[in-house]
Amino acid sequence: MDLFTAPFMIRALIAAAVTGLAAPAVGTYLVQRRLSLMGDGIGHVCVTGVALGLLTGTSPTLTAVIVAVLGALLIELIRSTGKATGDVALALLFYGGIAGGLLIVSLSGDGVFALQQYLFGSITTISPSGVLVSVALAVVVLVLSFALLPQLFSVANDEDYARTTGVSVRVYNVLISVLAAVTVSVAMRTVGLLLVSALMIIPVATAQQFSRGFRTTMLGGMVAGLLAAIGGVSISAFADVPPGATIVLVSLAGFAVTAPLGLVVQRRRRAQVPFPVQALSPVADGHDTVGEPHGHEHGPRCGHPAVEHGDHVDYIHDGHRHAPHGGHYDEH
Amino acid sequence: MIAHEHVVEIRGAGVALGGRPIVRNIDLAVHPGEVVALLGANGSGKSTLVKAMVGLLPLSSGEVRLYDEPLAGFRQWHRLGYVPQRSPITAGVPSTVAEVVAAGRLSRRKPFVPSRRADRAAVERALEAVGLAHRARHTVSTLSGGQQQRVLIARTLAGEPELLVLDEPNAGVDLASQHAIAGTLASLADAGATIVVVLHELGHLAEVIRRSVVLREGRIVYDGPPHASPTERDLHDHDHHHRRSTPAFFRPSVRAPLDGGG
Repeated sequence: MDLFTAPFMIRALIAAAVTGLAAPAVGTYLVQRRLSLMGDGIGHVCVTGVALGLLTGTSPTLTAVIVAVLGALLIELIRSTGKATGDVALALLFYGGIAGGLLIVSLSGDGVFALQQYLFGSITTISPSGVLVSVALAVVVLVLSFALLPQLFSVANDEDYARTTGVSVRVYNVLISVLAAVTVSVAMRTVGLLLVSALMIIPVATAQQFSRGFRTTMLGGMVAGLLAAIGGVSISAFADVPPGATIVLVSLAGFAVTAPLGLVVQRRRRAQVPFPVQALSPVADGHDTVGEPHGHEHGPRCGHPAVEHGDHVDYIHDGHRHAPHGGHYDEH
Repeated sequence: MIAHEHVVEIRGAGVALGGRPIVRNIDLAVHPGEVVALLGANGSGKSTLVKAMVGLLPLSSGEVRLYDEPLAGFRQWHRLGYVPQRSPITAGVPSTVAEVVAAGRLSRRKPFVPSRRADRAAVERALEAVGLAHRARHTVSTLSGGQQQRVLIARTLAGEPELLVLDEPNAGVDLASQHAIAGTLASLADAGATIVVVLHELGHLAEVIRRSVVLREGRIVYDGPPHASPTERDLHDHDHHHRRSTPAFFRPSVRAPLDGGG
């Protein structure tokens, strides 16, 4: 186990852990807003940021954060104004970002290979200060994700309604985008820009198979992300495979393994959805239905005692129970 | 009298969607404690009018004031409670009934401040008011359409508003939920709330409504007691031929006389 006490390995594990926690936290908001691929888009834009850093000799992480935040603001602006062409405009931005990055990096003389550690991650070469930056940014992302959860949830859940409660929808939409941009920059060294979106989305997809609520989905996603990140780095250390790809594959494996169980859970939940009470549908499907004339619809005020029965309400009528089903009453 | 005090004051309001005028030159004042039904056929502009009233659609002309404050600079959001007709609450990540309802509390909460006991109590009361307290921990998408509509109402009640604006709360809603919604609105009206509700027909809410405003082609064509409104008169001719649980969209020709000039 000497490997796990080596300083570079400890740094790698710390960086992986904070990425695995922060990425799904923001990813939950992105999935809720149906912007699952936004992380991917910001990742493309980040390439230009990294290239600018390499060209100017400043920290690529710093320039990546700045360019990613600018890109996120631009995406949010495009999204909130031009609805019909938003999709295409986003694509233009993404490919502009990656092409611009490749061009700039070629100017810097480092060649495209210099980009490789950012495109595919290079967690084992991360410096002590790099770890500190990652941890600090991840903490900021996590604190904001949780402290503003009610507001961010409301805006992501029902934007129009949030507006009528006086919540500043634009501010929170921009904040989610900026948090995504910062997360992408953090995850850049861990899983690489091309795979960063996977760590934001797959753990959330895994968690939401089982969770009932938003907060539990977020927490479950963070646990799944943490396990995938730590597991991926550990496996890559032994098997000598690239850590970024391994983390994503472990994450996907987690989803694949839990998917059959998730299907069962979801089927059981769907079975609990009550029947909509639809009237006037003549029924001839052979249940034991009530033939006697009904002067009224059973309801809270009809005077018949109501009995909770699983997912519906029965009404006691002439000594037996009536359960509304379709346009008639079933006998129980 | 408090006749000069307005909860809602709409003057010369017009709303255009995609360049097409939907609401034209509407004047409407709602006083404290009034329970007003906005009636009209599909496309008459009643939903558009309430969306403009709560600030979700821009006005092309005129002005909306809530509690004597122009909507543009409105800050008293905790006094307003809006219930949309449709909501994307079941899309995306699963969320519990309690989580969705808690969003209604944000008009009274500040960012970065955790929810207080009063906030949680308001959410519980709101869920009890619509009869869904036992569903608080359930995923919203596992509820029936009618129950989801009641969740939307509970969400608004959690903010303890003085003015409720509801957009077709009975559309596609099962009978039990229609009863529950009518009961909730009746007790709110008794408690002195001001209610503006968009409806296709008065239906179960007939006892609660004290004033009907009928729209046609974006203009007000009737404003007065509900029993004399064209839609209500029409309903009295036809309602009893159908079972009361018939969803509104299955009920034929109810609005035709109104379309033809009432």
